[in-house]
Amino acid sequence: MSKKKDASPQTVTLPSNDLSRLFQVLQSRGYTILGPTVRDGAIVYDELDSPDDLPRGWTDEQEKGRYRLKKSGYGTYFSFAVGPHSWKQYLYPPRVRLWQMHKNGTGFELNAQNGPLKKYAFLGVRSCELHAIEILDRVLLQNGFEDPTYKARRKEALIIVVQCTAPASTCFCASMQTGPKAERGFDLAMTEVADGERHYFVLQSGSDAGREIVQELACAAATAEEIAAAEQAVKAAAERMGRTLDTHGLQAALYANREHPHWREVGERCLNCTNCTQVCPTCFCTTVEDITDLTGATAERWRRWDSCFTMEFSYLHGGSVRSSAGARYRQWLTHKLASWVDQFGAFGCVGCGRCIAWCPVGIDITEEARIMCAETVNQ
Amino acid sequence: MKTKRKPKLAVWKFASCDGCQLSLLDCEDELLDVVGEIDIANFPEASRAVVKGPYDISLVEGSITTPKDAERIHKVRRASKVLITIGACATAGGIQALRNFQDVDQFISIVYASPDYISTLNKSTPISEHVKVDYELRGCPVNKYQLLEVISAFLNGRRPVTPSHSVCMECKQKGVVCVMVAHGTPCLGPVTHAGCGALCPSYARGCFGCFGPKETPNTHSLSEWWQEELGASKGDIIRAFRGITAYAEPFRKESEAYELQ
Repeated sequence: MSKKKDASPQTVTLPSNDLSRLFQVLQSRGYTILGPTVRDGAIVYDELDSPDDLPRGWTDEQEKGRYRLKKSGYGTYFSFAVGPHSWKQYLYPPRVRLWQMHKNGTGFELNAQNGPLKKYAFLGVRSCELHAIEILDRVLLQNGFEDPTYKARRKEALIIVVQCTAPASTCFCASMQTGPKAERGFDLAMTEVADGERHYFVLQSGSDAGREIVQELACAAATAEEIAAAEQAVKAAAERMGRTLDTHGLQAALYANREHPHWREVGERCLNCTNCTQVCPTCFCTTVEDITDLTGATAERWRRWDSCFTMEFSYLHGGSVRSSAGARYRQWLTHKLASWVDQFGAFGCVGCGRCIAWCPVGIDITEEARIMCAETVNQ
Repeated sequence: MKTKRKPKLAVWKFASCDGCQLSLLDCEDELLDVVGEIDIANFPEASRAVVKGPYDISLVEGSITTPKDAERIHKVRRASKVLITIGACATAGGIQALRNFQDVDQFISIVYASPDYISTLNKSTPISEHVKVDYELRGCPVNKYQLLEVISAFLNGRRPVTPSHSVCMECKQKGVVCVMVAHGTPCLGPVTHAGCGALCPSYARGCFGCFGPKETPNTHSLSEWWQEELGASKGDIIRAFRGITAYAEPFRKESEAYELQ
């Protein structure tokens, strides 16, 4: 599969019993492993010590406004779709101190340092999530300026994809052409295969760091049958997408329907609670908060995630520009599926379905976009 | 700084449980900084020493429930440059505002042996219904960090950072799993003002709405979802909105809408 010629095989097979070796290799290289684990009735991302922390035997059932953790009945480690967390929380943390200032006689001292960063290995990145990271790269690294917070974290992160074999009914990455198979942009990609008696991972490296890890694991080269079984597992996932979104002509249709009465109708249901934007792996809006201590000798500036669903977000002198919930929903949806393309050259949506499942009142971006554009597309 | 007169702070109690005042005493580590920067001129929960007004900052806890208090609050206002209400009682009428939905004379005749001794208003009302309030801090009780934030903002002449968005934003930024979506637990978080740090959802409980309605709360959509998808009864919905901030207008209207059905 790999175009590069190398003495060692680039596609290898790791028996599932040896998954702990991958953990050991990563840990010996100084990585803190982040990945999926079961907590509070969901599969979330957290620090992992060993494969025992993975959601082995668990899966999820997702619908609009609903997520349920369930026993899968299988011994597989990665038979679930994305949960409420995303890698954004590590690459672009919810709260970051930008600087601290101390009064010093008649002047002041500036401290813009934060503590040392951990070297993270992201284990279990899905293709939709990898595309979300690429979108954040465009926004935060390649958009004429670089965000130092994001850049430092992104540079350190080792990305280990686990190809998706269990999409949820809220998933539509196939429509957005962001999955289910990750083709590039990773250090390592794994596909879990549970094939009758056998349970193994097909590993493929995608970078020098990934190649070194594969070498150290010293696994056998994957056989043609194993590679085919892995390919088939991912291909089957593409056919099990619970949702679709026709992106053909979508941008123009959304612009044409900016006064559609349905925006108001969605506004009546929308709680403007911000959940969709917080779980979205590409929403990047932030605000800054300045605080002082009681004495006024120390001041700090913090950056935290914001949302286009708050009133303050569009507050200009005199009031909020987008005062109705319908206007705020329109801003969000048309940014994701239309104006993002003008700004950054691609959709701001990767079809992960988080906003559908984690909306407390089940507002479905695919359904709303379809209604909004129905007449235009049919013309 | 040292030669400057320290601002005088007074704490006033109306109909309340004293919990918000205790949040100030609870500051422990920060309390020395507080007394270093301000003169606590009147704070019965902490000290019997009383310094005469006027006061630079008055923190008012509690709601107005008696004719006497309805007069006293005007005296407090006159003696205060800045008046900040702290907590659900002072900003929304508190849990005692449940009386506002019932006939108070009936309660009195049933509960008290000599109803004539009782002098009370038939409604528990927030301070802002009686005098001009400069800043309202939400919570039952208030969050001590928010209380310190408001005091230090006023001391430093800046705007306090107490955002009015939903509790959901605090949950998500903390990484708390949504109790409504993942467990099917009715939660007031999507319509409730942030500030508690998502305390109840962090312990897998639905939000009780202690901080009152957030900006632009869509209570109707939330209760419809509870009814249709989570199997909540009309009674459940009335009880949920009729809690600590029952008399705050958006919550009051929502519970009344279900009562009329």
